[in-house]
Amino acid sequence: MATDDIYILGINMTKFGKHPDKDTVDLASAAALAALADGGVTMKDMGVLAAGCLMGGGFIAQQIQKQIGQTGIPAYNVSNACATGATALRTAIMAIKAGECDMGLAVGVEKLAGAGLLGGGGKPKSDGHTWSPSGRFGAVAPTDGRIGTDTMPGTFAQVGMEYGHKYGGASFELFARISEKNHAHSTLNPLAAYTKRMTLEEIMGDLMIAYPNTRAMCSANCDGGAAAVVVSGSKLRTLSKEQQRRAVKVSASVLTTDPYQEACQVLPDVNTLTKIAARKAYEQAGVSPSDLDLVELHDCFATAELVHYDNLMLCEEGGAVDFFNSGATWRDGSTPVNVSGGLESKGHPIAATGIANIWEICHHLRGEAGDRQIEGAKVGLAHVIGLGNACGVHILEKSAL
Amino acid sequence: MPHIPHVDYLVLEPAPHLVANQCTSCKARFFDRRNACANCSNTSFEKVDIATEGIVRSFTIVTFAAPGVPVPFVAAVVDCGGTSVRGNVINCDPTPEAVSLGMKVRLTTYSLGSDDNGVEAIGFGFEPA
Repeated sequence: MATDDIYILGINMTKFGKHPDKDTVDLASAAALAALADGGVTMKDMGVLAAGCLMGGGFIAQQIQKQIGQTGIPAYNVSNACATGATALRTAIMAIKAGECDMGLAVGVEKLAGAGLLGGGGKPKSDGHTWSPSGRFGAVAPTDGRIGTDTMPGTFAQVGMEYGHKYGGASFELFARISEKNHAHSTLNPLAAYTKRMTLEEIMGDLMIAYPNTRAMCSANCDGGAAAVVVSGSKLRTLSKEQQRRAVKVSASVLTTDPYQEACQVLPDVNTLTKIAARKAYEQAGVSPSDLDLVELHDCFATAELVHYDNLMLCEEGGAVDFFNSGATWRDGSTPVNVSGGLESKGHPIAATGIANIWEICHHLRGEAGDRQIEGAKVGLAHVIGLGNACGVHILEKSAL
Repeated sequence: MPHIPHVDYLVLEPAPHLVANQCTSCKARFFDRRNACANCSNTSFEKVDIATEGIVRSFTIVTFAAPGVPVPFVAAVVDCGGTSVRGNVINCDPTPEAVSLGMKVRLTTYSLGSDDNGVEAIGFGFEPA
């Protein structure tokens, strides 16, 4: 192992779902303590802490420290929408890369069970009724619902439909089949929020939220936490053979935002920044998409999963529909995608997602994924998108030992 | 009756149309109040009229929205002569049978109602052309 390489030493995710008796600090602490134990280290070994809880306000990092170890290390509270967890991980990695420390802890947590629809709305005027322009569009009334939609399901529905307009073949049924795959995959994941297989008919017949996304095709709001301990290659050399054997190499860690494109301020462009992040990540890691044994990508809605097959270059440009129809992304296919069940079925506790997807990859690379193990997995990719936008891509490789 | 547009980039006279802030340097177009250009960081802009006809490049039919937002409605991205515009498709059934990708639409307006001073707010949408 090269001294300047970065490794995941320990990693953990809580069960995703409803945790009515636990708050965000409980869930974050549980994940953090388990990640430390998984790596055979303690808070005293950590040189940096980065943490995020998107909906929970400010100082989650210090709140975690107050429960599991106030060692005085620098703490970074990060917020990057659904890419918050990946951003926390990347922050810890950057601190190690910068030579400030040789081990760090990243944590993401969210309480989202029963949160309902995310995005949209607008404050009605309370001071009498006089049309009065305000905001950056000089609007006299809320625009959500009158000039397009601000809801997440509606926004990502348009992302998928736009792909269909460009390349054809993207029907309601196709998107529902993607969801069918992820719900089927989740039946093997005991930590998933939902583990019930759903038929295509059940998915298409479920409550319509924003055509073509029915409820089953939307990410599942739930509670959960995830944490990872990262270590430098030089430090890992001093640790035990068992720690070295289970360590997972972070071959690429990339964060991007959306570069300006025509229309990107009309409908969020989740494509360009993902393509750039993927290209950089493959370059950094020296692997190609065909080397990937599994991929966890940001299926916040079934309509989103389709476009990311293309953005992550898992298929040829414009070929995502054919790629899915070939069966490639089922767990027995050539490029298994979201074998955890994905955000649609495993669940999406926002800030935890960007670490939980890395946990899933690590689990397979370590050969510890039990019933859902992708046999012989050596290389995996984890991707998240935070609307706004931010994209995190990590490529992970099995230890050489 | 006096009128006011729903948003300041909707201009009602002489005929309703949308107006963008166009960067004088790179020609990128924006509908909001600008500090600088997101593409090239230039700080000067000029007003340009946007074509009132276009095609639906993407859409969704929202059946579940925030409280107070009437559903269902069709939210869309309309390509108006090369400029992408966000807007609802109206005067059309909000069903997958009635709305399609690539369909031709044109700008239209409707009333949002009047305020206490008798001023009527005018909104815009796109209807099948």
